Amino acid sequence: MSSWIPLWLHKLGSPPTFYRFAGSLRPWAMALALLLGAVGLYGGLVLAPADYQQGDAYRIIFIHVPSAEMSMFIYAAMGAAAFIALVWRIKLAEVVAMESAPIGAAFTFITLVTGSLWGKPMWGTWWTWDARLTSELVLLFLYLGVIGLYHAFEDRRQGARAAAFLAIIGIINVPIVHFSVNWWNTLHQGSTVNIFGKSKMSWDMLWPLLTMMLATKFYYVASLFNRVRTDLLALEGGKDWVRKIAADEARS
Amino acid sequence: MNSLQTFFAMGGYAMYVWPAYALFFTVLIADTIAPGVRRRRVLRELRTRLARQSMRQNRPTPAPPSP
Amino acid sequence: MKRPGLATACTAMLRRDLTLAWRRRGDIAMPVLYALIVTMLFPFALGPEDTLLQRIAGGVVLVTVLLAMLLALDAMFSSDIEDGSLEQLVLAPQPLALMLGMKILAHWLTTALPLIVIAPLLAAMLHLPGAVIPVLLLALLLATPLLSLLGAVLVALTAGTRRSGMLLALMLLPLCMPAVIFAAGAVAAAQQGLPWLAPIAWLAAALVLAVVLAPLACAAALRIALDA
Repeated sequence: MSSWIPLWLHKLGSPPTFYRFAGSLRPWAMALALLLGAVGLYGGLVLAPADYQQGDAYRIIFIHVPSAEMSMFIYAAMGAAAFIALVWRIKLAEVVAMESAPIGAAFTFITLVTGSLWGKPMWGTWWTWDARLTSELVLLFLYLGVIGLYHAFEDRRQGARAAAFLAIIGIINVPIVHFSVNWWNTLHQGSTVNIFGKSKMSWDMLWPLLTMMLATKFYYVASLFNRVRTDLLALEGGKDWVRKIAADEARS
Repeated sequence: MNSLQTFFAMGGYAMYVWPAYALFFTVLIADTIAPGVRRRRVLRELRTRLARQSMRQNRPTPAPPSP
Repeated sequence: MKRPGLATACTAMLRRDLTLAWRRRGDIAMPVLYALIVTMLFPFALGPEDTLLQRIAGGVVLVTVLLAMLLALDAMFSSDIEDGSLEQLVLAPQPLALMLGMKILAHWLTTALPLIVIAPLLAAMLHLPGAVIPVLLLALLLATPLLSLLGAVLVALTAGTRRSGMLLALMLLPLCMPAVIFAAGAVAAAQQGLPWLAPIAWLAAALVLAVVLAPLACAAALRIALDA
């Protein structure tokens, strides 16, 4: 591989090194996620005042918007890992891409359900065929397609590469869907819903939101490391370092 | 006590706000637990495979049946 | 030995696939029958009022054609994988993308073209006004090759797996949504007397892009899926 990539990155790409690295970093990421989450939720649920238009229902924003942001952020991360996996055939990148998909699907699912729980009291409907909502639903289908394709193969690495290819096709697809549904809305003159309103958020509401966004990022890192570690154990079952871990854990 | 009640009432939107939060935490907790369960299963299967292999190595392998 | 030219290889590929399809004429009729039956069910499910059927006719015909194509998509490469000729194609000196493009063309000719031919009949069953039918046909002529090309990439990705029917639907649905929106949008606009050229132009642009990119993506996907 090219020489401009520092040596420590090569080392990090080897499964046993990454296993140890992720294992030592994961508790810190999880602790930060829990701490920031607790602070953000206290600020959002207790300290922040009720919205003058939406009352207390707007408090769903503190989980809905971070989840929506994560659903796209994780897709971008998965796409980047998928690209690396396909171009350089790095096993770790395959694992990262494939283990990101369930986390992203979980956040997308949360976004959809909390969104309709928020939409019911505010717009009077659980669902509307708005570009943003439809894109989110398509994103969920893309995640499920990637997960399904990965598991359809008997050979895990081959499945990972095929699913990585699908993930990259999906990246091109999401903006097209968003654009086409916007166009479709202008044709059908459906119910126009203004999701966030024009008013700027006050700082009292903004800081818990930003804190929650940061908390979900750390949660993603913690959950991803957890999943990648497990998957590496399953993939490298025949190697010595995994046997050592298995033997050590039987003794304790 | 009263302030706690108003907090849980969420200005009349309790039936929308709390299920949303409940779902958020349920999904994320499930997402955290699942790899741990899988990890234990993977290691258990690996240990049984290793035990089987070491048993086979200690005993001489029977000659394969001639075709 | 002199290597035959690209044009020869392309026509040979096309002729082979069309001959194979002709030997199994019954399979060509199946999607058409399926589309007829599905369209027939709508008046029975929704009632025979003309105005209601007219309103949904364009969308129903498009979705029915899409589902019928999805049904036939699975078979695009399956027989070639079974008898190993697809692996020969991958090893052949001719560019794989071009050969796959020919296969996709043959598949479109044998599954989508019959559906387009009976589309006026399907539309008439739902009382779509005669003036709209040319727009419907134009939309189908642009949307069906797009679906064939996108579907081919996904079929190539699932080539190495055994069960792929439902998975294919799950993967194709998000990809084909824009095509359905624009095709149905053109028909709806024509029905309301609005200008319908813009969505048709978008479909044509997407088709041009797909004609160039999809065979390449299909070749890449096939190499991944067959690389055991």
